[in-house]
Amino acid sequence: MANIKINEQKVQQIEAICKKFNNEKGELINVLHQTQSLVGYLPAEVQEIIAKNLNCSVAHVYGVVTFYSFFTMIPKGEFPISICMGTACYVRGAEKVLDEFKRILNVPVGQTTPDGKFSLSCLRCVGACGLAPVVMVGEKVYGRVSPDGVKDIIKEYK
Amino acid sequence: MTQFKMHLLVCGGTGCRASESETLFLSLKKEVSEKGLESEVQVITTGCFGFCEKGPIVKVMPDNTFYTQVKPEDAIEIIAEHVIKGRKVNRLLYVNPETEQHVSDSKHMGFYRKQLRIALRNCGFIDPENIEEYISRDGYAALAKCLTEMTPAQVIEEMKKSGLRGRGGGGFPTGLKWEITSKSQADQKYVVCNADEGDPGAFMDRSILEGDPHSVIEAMAICGYCIGATKGVVYIRAEYPLAVERLKIAMKQASEFGLLGKNIFGTDFEFEIDIRYGAGAFVCGEETALIHSMEGLRGEPTIKPPFPSVSGYLEKPTNVNNVETFANVPVIINKGAAWFASIGSEKSKGTKVFALAGKINNVGLIEVPMGTTLRDIIFEIGGGIKDGKKFKAVQTGGPSGGCLTEKHLDIAIDFDSLTAAGSMMGSGGMIVMDEDDCMVSIAKFYLDFTVEESCGKCAPCRIGNKRLNEMLEKICEGKGTMKDLDLLRNLSYVIKDTSLCGLGQTSPNPVLSTMENFYPEYLAHIVDHKCPSGQCKALLQYVIEAENCVGCTACARNCPVNAISGERKGIHVIDQATCIKCGACLEKCKFNAVFIK
Repeated sequence: MANIKINEQKVQQIEAICKKFNNEKGELINVLHQTQSLVGYLPAEVQEIIAKNLNCSVAHVYGVVTFYSFFTMIPKGEFPISICMGTACYVRGAEKVLDEFKRILNVPVGQTTPDGKFSLSCLRCVGACGLAPVVMVGEKVYGRVSPDGVKDIIKEYK
Repeated sequence: MTQFKMHLLVCGGTGCRASESETLFLSLKKEVSEKGLESEVQVITTGCFGFCEKGPIVKVMPDNTFYTQVKPEDAIEIIAEHVIKGRKVNRLLYVNPETEQHVSDSKHMGFYRKQLRIALRNCGFIDPENIEEYISRDGYAALAKCLTEMTPAQVIEEMKKSGLRGRGGGGFPTGLKWEITSKSQADQKYVVCNADEGDPGAFMDRSILEGDPHSVIEAMAICGYCIGATKGVVYIRAEYPLAVERLKIAMKQASEFGLLGKNIFGTDFEFEIDIRYGAGAFVCGEETALIHSMEGLRGEPTIKPPFPSVSGYLEKPTNVNNVETFANVPVIINKGAAWFASIGSEKSKGTKVFALAGKINNVGLIEVPMGTTLRDIIFEIGGGIKDGKKFKAVQTGGPSGGCLTEKHLDIAIDFDSLTAAGSMMGSGGMIVMDEDDCMVSIAKFYLDFTVEESCGKCAPCRIGNKRLNEMLEKICEGKGTMKDLDLLRNLSYVIKDTSLCGLGQTSPNPVLSTMENFYPEYLAHIVDHKCPSGQCKALLQYVIEAENCVGCTACARNCPVNAISGERKGIHVIDQATCIKCGACLEKCKFNAVFIK
C-alpha cells in the first residue's frame, strides 16, 4: 500500500486527543478509541504520532493495536459489512451467509473491495440473537438473513 | 408528579431497536399527543423484556397487555383501540403455540411463568434514563441503609450469609471476596465492574446495563463502602454503545442527586465512578487481564497470587465483580440475606440470568432460580425446539463450557451440577442445538474462537489449541484417524492442566464434552467418512435423483455457481467439481429430487 500521508490538521487533532488524556501512557486504549473514530483506522503513521506524544515506543502501541480486535490497521469500506459469528448466529447458518458475501464481493474476511465500497468482517455477537443470523451494514442491522437475501442487501448499497 | 392512567412501555433493548422500536416509540408518542392524551398516557422506553424472539415488544400497564412484533404503523391502532376504546388489539397479542389462543397478558405466558426476576427486576419496567423511576422502586434505599445503619463488616456479613456467588463464571463467593479486599491495607482501593461480556451469544450484562444501570452503580458504591474504596471503574465493551450511553446518563443523574460524589447521604463516605473501554478481547474477562487492559496494556493475564484483592489496578487492592453479581446486591440488602438464601439450590443461592438462543422457539433473556432443570428452561420457558425438530444438545458456559444432552435434561442446574456434568455455568450463555447440528463442527467452532482469542502468552494455550483446532479440521474433512481421537483427548488434558489462566484451562471443554457425549459422531466422521448431520461440507455431496427430477429447472436457476445442467423437462445433473455445497438446490426443489449423499 502506498505511503499515506496524514494531513497536518489530522496530526493536530490526534495530538489534541493525546493531550486530553494528559499524554499518559496508561490512557493508550482510550486514545486509540478516539483516534480510530476520528481517522477511521490506525495506520502506522498514526501509531507513530501517538507513541511520540505518550512517550512510549511504537512497538508498545503496535502491540496494543494488534491485540484487540476492535482496532484495525486497514481502512474500512464506505459500507462496512459485519457478519455476526456469535454461537447463536452460527447455529442458525451464519457461515453460509458469510460464504455468500465472500463469493459475491470476492474478498476474504478482513479486507475491503478494490473500489473501497465494501469491507467484510466478522464480529462476536451484537446481542440481537432473536434475529439470528444477523448482518450489520454500518449501523443498520439486518435480521434473519438467508444466503438468498445476501445479494439484495448488497444491491441496496450499489 | 403527574399521575398517569396508563403506561405504554416500549422495549429499547438492542434486539428490539434493531427492529425499529425507536420509530415505534416516536409513533406512539406522536399518536398520544395528537389525540391529546399526554396528561393521561405515558410512553416510555425501557430495557429488555427478554422476549427477544417476538420483538419489538410493547407492554401496556396497568393491565399487563403484552403486544409482540409491533410495527411503527401499528401505533395508530394501539392508541385508537386499546388506549381510547379499551379494546385489546388481538392481532398483536402473543399466540400460545400449543392452544393457538391469544394470551392477553404476560403473566399467562409460558415464557414468563417459571421465571423469577431478581437481577432483571427493573428491566422492562422502568425508564433506565430516569433515576426517579429507579428510586421509586426502592432504588438507592440499600445504599442508604448500608451507609446510615450498618458498618462495612455488617454489610459483608450479610453478603456472606446470602450465599451470593460471582455470576461472571467463576462462582466465587462475593461476600468472601469483599472481605479479603477489605482487609488489604492501602491508601487507595478500587471497585471494578466487569462489563466486558465476551462470550459469543450472551447478552445478560449488556441488557442489565441497558435496562437498569442504576442498580450496578448503587451496588458498586455499597462495595466501595465495604472494602474502603472511593473509586470505581466500569470496564465495558466499546461494542455496546447503548449500554455505555445509558450508564453515562445514570452516572450523571446519580451525581446530581448526590448519590455519587462526596458526603453521600450526609455521611463522610465518598465514591466516584469512571468508565474504561474494552476493545474486543475475550481473555479480558479474566481479572488480571482485565486490569492490565484498564492500565492501557495488552490484556494478558498474570500468575495469581498476587490476587487483585492484594495488588490489582495500579497495584492497589482491587475488587472485581461482574455486572449481574452487582445487580443482585441492592436487593439482598433491602430484603435480607435470609430471603435471598431461601431461593436456589443448596450451594448456589438466588437466581441466574441466561441468554437463551439457538434453535429454540423463544430466544431471549431469562432469569430462573438456581436449581431449575434444563428441561424446564428449554421446553417450558424456551417453548421447545424450532420447527418441531428434535433436541440434540445444549451448550452452556460459552467457549469454556460443554455440550449437555438429553440425559442431562433433568439435572437441577447450579454452579456445581453443571461442572460435574462436564460443562460449566459460565456467564450464562445457553445455546440450544437440534438434530441438524454437527457436534464436531460445533467443537471446531469454539476452538476457532479460542485460537483467535488466546492472548498467546503461554504455550499450552497458544500452540495447544491451534493443534486441537487442526485435528478437528482434519476430522471435519474426513481425513481424521483413530489416533487423532487419542491425541485430541490427551492434548486437551495437557492444555487444561498447564495453561496460565481460565481461558486455556477451560478451552478444551467443548472438545472433551462432545467426545464424551457424541463419540459415535466422531467415529462416523473418521471411519465412515460421513457427517451424520450433513453439515461438514467436505463430507457431503448434493445429488439429483433422476427418478424424481421433472426438469423444472428451479435448481439450475437458483444455483449461484451454475453447477447444474439439464434441459427443461429433462433430468438435471450437478457438476461436483463446480458445486460449492451451498444447499440452494435442495431448498428450491419441490419434488424431493435433490438429496445429500
